[in-house]
Amino acid sequence: MLGLQILIDGFAISALYGLGAIGFTLLFGVSGVLNLAHGGILLVSAVVAWLLADQVGAYGGAAAGLLAGMAMAFATFLLVVRPIQRSPAIPSEEKEIFVLTGTLLWGIMIQEAVAYFTTTSPHTVRPLIAGVTVLGGVRTPTNEILTAVLCWTAIGLLWLLVNRTRAGKALLAASINPRGLTLLGFELQRIYLLVWAIYGVLAGTAGVLLGAFLGVSSENAGTLTASAFSIVVLGGLGSVAGSLLAAYAVGYLETITAYLISPSLRTVPSLLLLVVVVYLRPQGLLGRR
Amino acid sequence: MPMRRLLPALAFAFGLPSVASAADPIRIGVIAENSAISGIAIPNAAAVAAEEINAHGGVDGRMIEIVAYDDHNSAVDAVRAFQRAANQDKVHAVIATYTSEVALALEPWAGRLKIPTITPGAASDEIAKRIHGDYDHLKYFFHGYLPSAFLAQSVCDAAKDLLTDSKLKMKTAVIMSEDAAWTTPLDAGYMACLPKVGLQVLDHIRVAPDTTDFTPIYNGIEGKKPDVIVTGISHVGVQPTVQWANQQVPIPMFGISSQATSSTFWKDTNGATEGVVLQLVAVDTVASTPKTMPFAAAYIKKYGVTPAYSGYGAYDDVFLIADAVRRAGGTDPDKMVAALEATDYQGTVGRLQFFGKDAPFTHAIKYGTDYVSGLVVQWQDGKQVAVWPPAVATGTLRFPSFVKVAN
Repeated sequence: MLGLQILIDGFAISALYGLGAIGFTLLFGVSGVLNLAHGGILLVSAVVAWLLADQVGAYGGAAAGLLAGMAMAFATFLLVVRPIQRSPAIPSEEKEIFVLTGTLLWGIMIQEAVAYFTTTSPHTVRPLIAGVTVLGGVRTPTNEILTAVLCWTAIGLLWLLVNRTRAGKALLAASINPRGLTLLGFELQRIYLLVWAIYGVLAGTAGVLLGAFLGVSSENAGTLTASAFSIVVLGGLGSVAGSLLAAYAVGYLETITAYLISPSLRTVPSLLLLVVVVYLRPQGLLGRR
Repeated sequence: MPMRRLLPALAFAFGLPSVASAADPIRIGVIAENSAISGIAIPNAAAVAAEEINAHGGVDGRMIEIVAYDDHNSAVDAVRAFQRAANQDKVHAVIATYTSEVALALEPWAGRLKIPTITPGAASDEIAKRIHGDYDHLKYFFHGYLPSAFLAQSVCDAAKDLLTDSKLKMKTAVIMSEDAAWTTPLDAGYMACLPKVGLQVLDHIRVAPDTTDFTPIYNGIEGKKPDVIVTGISHVGVQPTVQWANQQVPIPMFGISSQATSSTFWKDTNGATEGVVLQLVAVDTVASTPKTMPFAAAYIKKYGVTPAYSGYGAYDDVFLIADAVRRAGGTDPDKMVAALEATDYQGTVGRLQFFGKDAPFTHAIKYGTDYVSGLVVQWQDGKQVAVWPPAVATGTLRFPSFVKVAN
């Protein structure tokens, strides 16, 4: 019974971690950007979905949250990342660190703005489906099942996009050899816009689902970024499959710890795992480099 | 024209304040966390009180001026704000924080800088115990809210009437409280008084304040099969409540849930707080004293939400300070402390008196039916319905269908 409970809860939370992390890793793989405003974008999506659910219902709120995630992704790209990448005043070898700092500060600005307008109290997005389903004797909120299904649907759609469409293949190519891609006549800027759009959808979906599953507060923004970052490092920077694997490793380790040891020690074993992996296999579980 | 007569004329011409004009205002520093429900209620409520006092001519002709500081719930920021308030902004008194850790950090500073200070929302027993232990240095600090030991007693008193002696006939409880300074004495109080009212404590769980997933915690509690979960939560609130409802945990929640004291909690939890039972010191729908409802109405009119529990305290504290200044004949800190110690004032939460130097809870407000006794409400259909004590109850306990209780 407890085993099944851990299996179900761990699966849902891992799916959510995976969805949150693959956008982050994709963005790095394709455009070389480590977006430290990631948690802030998840936060805005969740808060918009929460705020609007009263006026337009749970589904309308979720759609608005998704759009807000996309809008924030584009804002991050157009207001923060691209100006730094294009600035002649910043030496090209320092651009990565400037993007890192820029997105970090942007994330803090988002976090403070959300705290200012909606307080630091956590907000929970209204569940898309209310009620509970009993799975093999384990009472599970139906929305938790829906969360896992939606996460895997989004992940599946991403897989189809990358492997089965021309635009997706261009993304893949950009992550392997951007120079070769430009020689073939592809415009890198358009590919960057595409990857930020995909990132926005993934982050928006993850934010809304996270808001409904566990709730978010402006104080979580940093933790969310750190959690995506550590999952991505564990899995191998830029590797989507690695991120999914790492998400499940972290999700289940946390769940097992919370149930069998203590909820307050939840994150400790997964952080230890991260230390071990970085020490023994610095490229991550499935990293290429 | 002699210089003596020229100066006031010049001052008038340039709009400078004349030296002998109306008396200096009484400046009250308000230090709180502006981005939290229980924090923002403090400056908001203090502003309502100041407006009322000033509209009636102030204190002996002196207006009340509120100087507000955001401490971001950080002891360091709060101490810095306190120093600035005392040294630069020259406040005469301070009203500060709903967080015990912050209040304990400010306590010695009130003594060092000799600024009479009242906390309207922190609860740790330590606040008053430290004053008792080092009265000469710490006597400038007053605990304007019930210490945790009294809060626990209030919850147990209500539990006796509502849970064990009622038709619910409950016998067992699990305590679930957040890991913080204020809950250490609260839990000790619960452990002592719950068995006395007939609730055997099966387990005692302290929740890390950064917990986001409460599923394993509820799972563990359900395994113990208690009749009720007795809560002590303040900095966490939304997540345990929402997950309790979403996961349909079949055990009622009863106790202290500070965030749930404000009407914004309904929206914050999307109504998941339906059925949650909580202790508080005042609520907008119950006339605990003749002042409770008019204040709540003024607050709602100004801010659109009901005051969190700390708002009632902050509002009363401004009046306590004004009253002390009046009786002390000015703002001399030692005279104000003596005047505050002699406080006997009917506030929004009850009759306010502070324990004296020799009582174990020095400078804490007195608990009891003749003083501040608190009440218990239950969230029902978006409203906080008073269910205890019987004298003020407007409804009876009614739980959501997923909660299993004897009927």
